[in-house]
Amino acid sequence: MDAFIYLLSWALLVGGGFFCVVGALGLLRMPDAFTRLHAASVIDTLGVGMIVAGLMVQSGLTLTTARLGIILLLVFFTSPVASHAIARSMRHRNVKPVLSEDRTGEGG
Amino acid sequence: MGQVISLAIVLLVFWLTLSGIYTTFLVTAGVISAVVISVLAYRMDVADREGHPIHLSLSAITYWPWLVWQIILSGLNVTRLIINPSLPISPTLTLVKMTQKTDVARVTYANSITLTPGTISVDMEGDEILVHAITSDNATDLEAGEMDCRCTQFEGST
Repeated sequence: MDAFIYLLSWALLVGGGFFCVVGALGLLRMPDAFTRLHAASVIDTLGVGMIVAGLMVQSGLTLTTARLGIILLLVFFTSPVASHAIARSMRHRNVKPVLSEDRTGEGG
Repeated sequence: MGQVISLAIVLLVFWLTLSGIYTTFLVTAGVISAVVISVLAYRMDVADREGHPIHLSLSAITYWPWLVWQIILSGLNVTRLIINPSLPISPTLTLVKMTQKTDVARVTYANSITLTPGTISVDMEGDEILVHAITSDNATDLEAGEMDCRCTQFEGST
């Protein structure tokens, strides 16, 4: 059982690290700020989620796990607000996104 | 009043979770803080159905696991796009209808859109959300309205 918990948390931590690297790679490859936000959201959902889940598995049924859960909730409630604030302020400053299709019917 | 009592209990549990040291002094301090903050929140009129939506707890139990599953699916999808050497993205702006009535449910919907990788809610115009999607498929999926429907259920089953 110990070995199983060890392996599970190991897999979750490595997986979370992998998604953080993918998100960073996306930040470098994407053409404009809007698409970079999409790459960043991989980090703060799958990356953070899996790393915190791995740490929770590691610490078992303790108070530490409850605290990690609070951290997870905090990140999941605040990160979309931050992404939205960035996207909204870019739109209000007329930053034109690189688009291949615009379905809003307002031409930008 | 139920909101205020529930807020005090939540704050006390939060204190006890973060503290972890259960001496008489610290627990008493926690109780006093929780009560004082709840009374202040009551006087500031923020401990209402919007500031402390406990009536949504039951719907959250069914909505959140579904949302987590969507996050995993679209996260893997965006990961594939990033790793793909030809970077097959097709950024799309679209307007998505929003059928929720209350502000809490609307915020939940807009936040859910942003939280799932591949779609970001950029702006709100009336009862429509302006969404930036990384591929046109993501935009089409969102326009199909399953998440909107789930959020309306989330709001409605109270």
